Amino acid sequence: MKPFEYAKATAHADATAQAANNATFIAGGTNLLDLMKLEVMAPGKLVDINRLDLSEISQTDDGGLRIGALVTNSDCAADKRIRDDYPVLSRAILAGASGQLRNKATTGGNLCQRTRCYYFYDTAMPCNKREPGSGCQAMEGFNRIHAILGASDACIATYPGDMAVAMTALHAQVEIEDKSGDIRHVPVREFHLLPGDHPEKDNILEPGDLITAVILPPPVEGKQIYQKVRDRASYAFALCSVAAIVKMDGDTIASVALAFGGLAHKPWCDEAVEELLVGQQPSAELFGKAADLLLAEAQGYGSNDFKVPLTRRVLISVLKKATQTGAAS
Amino acid sequence: MESTELVVNGKAHKLEADSRVTLLDALRNHLGLTGTKKGCDHGQCGACTVIVEGRRVNSCLTLACMHDGDEITTIEGIGQPYNLSALQSAFVAHDGFQCGYCTPGQICSATAMIEEARAGWPSFVSDDLDGPAELSDEEISERMSGNLCRCAAYPNIVNAIRQAAGEQS
Repeated sequence: MKPFEYAKATAHADATAQAANNATFIAGGTNLLDLMKLEVMAPGKLVDINRLDLSEISQTDDGGLRIGALVTNSDCAADKRIRDDYPVLSRAILAGASGQLRNKATTGGNLCQRTRCYYFYDTAMPCNKREPGSGCQAMEGFNRIHAILGASDACIATYPGDMAVAMTALHAQVEIEDKSGDIRHVPVREFHLLPGDHPEKDNILEPGDLITAVILPPPVEGKQIYQKVRDRASYAFALCSVAAIVKMDGDTIASVALAFGGLAHKPWCDEAVEELLVGQQPSAELFGKAADLLLAEAQGYGSNDFKVPLTRRVLISVLKKATQTGAAS
Repeated sequence: MESTELVVNGKAHKLEADSRVTLLDALRNHLGLTGTKKGCDHGQCGACTVIVEGRRVNSCLTLACMHDGDEITTIEGIGQPYNLSALQSAFVAHDGFQCGYCTPGQICSATAMIEEARAGWPSFVSDDLDGPAELSDEEISERMSGNLCRCAAYPNIVNAIRQAAGEQS
């Protein structure tokens, strides 16, 4: 690990001022310290934000929830309000990492976790995300875990998380405080970026920006499902995951929100697929059409070709389960 | 250099160390508490698991200087050779290890995991998120997936944890 200066932030303004001046925030640190040990990341200064007052889950005025950025994954998944009203979020968090990591990992930090692309982690290899302009070895190399949607000629890495996939389906907002103390809200759907020509930029955060919370809208009716497919039964990243919130009106799909993990540089969502399903009666033909539309532009790179039929099957299976009427959620 | 006070197994220790020193290295190399083991050093194996402020964590993935004033329990604080905890006795009774390298991490992890289940925390395999969280073999395996055993003593580890959790409930 390269040497770094360490400071504890005492207030939001102190934290954002230091971050605007080239420091990196550390909260749970489970991904950052791993990357620092490998010297994939080598910040000159760390600002420890763990003592800031961002560890509460509170009710919002409109009946939603505000999850403080420092609420741990464990506390978020176990919170009674989240278990009862946003089970897709509890399920997604519990599908990720291990008990030890969830005890450390925070809501804000989890949004900022970096890809697990093997070439990003190996400093002997070129990687446009780690070292812009150096090239990408994944495209013609080992790419089992890589993107099939939204990739670019510069990068085919995936966003690895589960939590943000559920938050995407829930239409959550990220609350961000900037270095001037101004607060803005960004939909989770717009927080992560596609790689384009700048894969080094994972998300929309600017220097000095501090994630202070994630805001969940008021609870929505319907069945909530998080389905994850991975290489082993526990403690592995998603090859493909689907978060679904589906409300039925009799035999008809009244509303649907879908988000996908393991497929792209960000939690993937496709509003055209949701629109195709709304107002229709569930059928194998309808679900097949939804999968066709979702995967129309999908592209494999060799080792990850299997993700295209896999995603198709997982989506159809989740839609079947979500549209069964009468069963408990 | 960072000045940090760590309260380990009830005893306060002053630490003067480089900011890069992980909690794991502070415990082993600075405080001489070598019960906590270094396996992968990347949070993948769980050998370094300790309990910080009541929560099990990977001590390799956190900096000592981030824990000023925190209460830390290591394997040395859970039991001693002639005063074993219920879980440690169960590991002996069920032969829950072969080489023993992962055992301190397994025991620290399971000690805290039993408390998590008692508090009603659900897991990925829980049918009902609202519990109660009964520790079936499937639940134990899922909740302990952050602790690897290279000797694959898993069936006996699960048996030991099930017995200890049952005795304590």
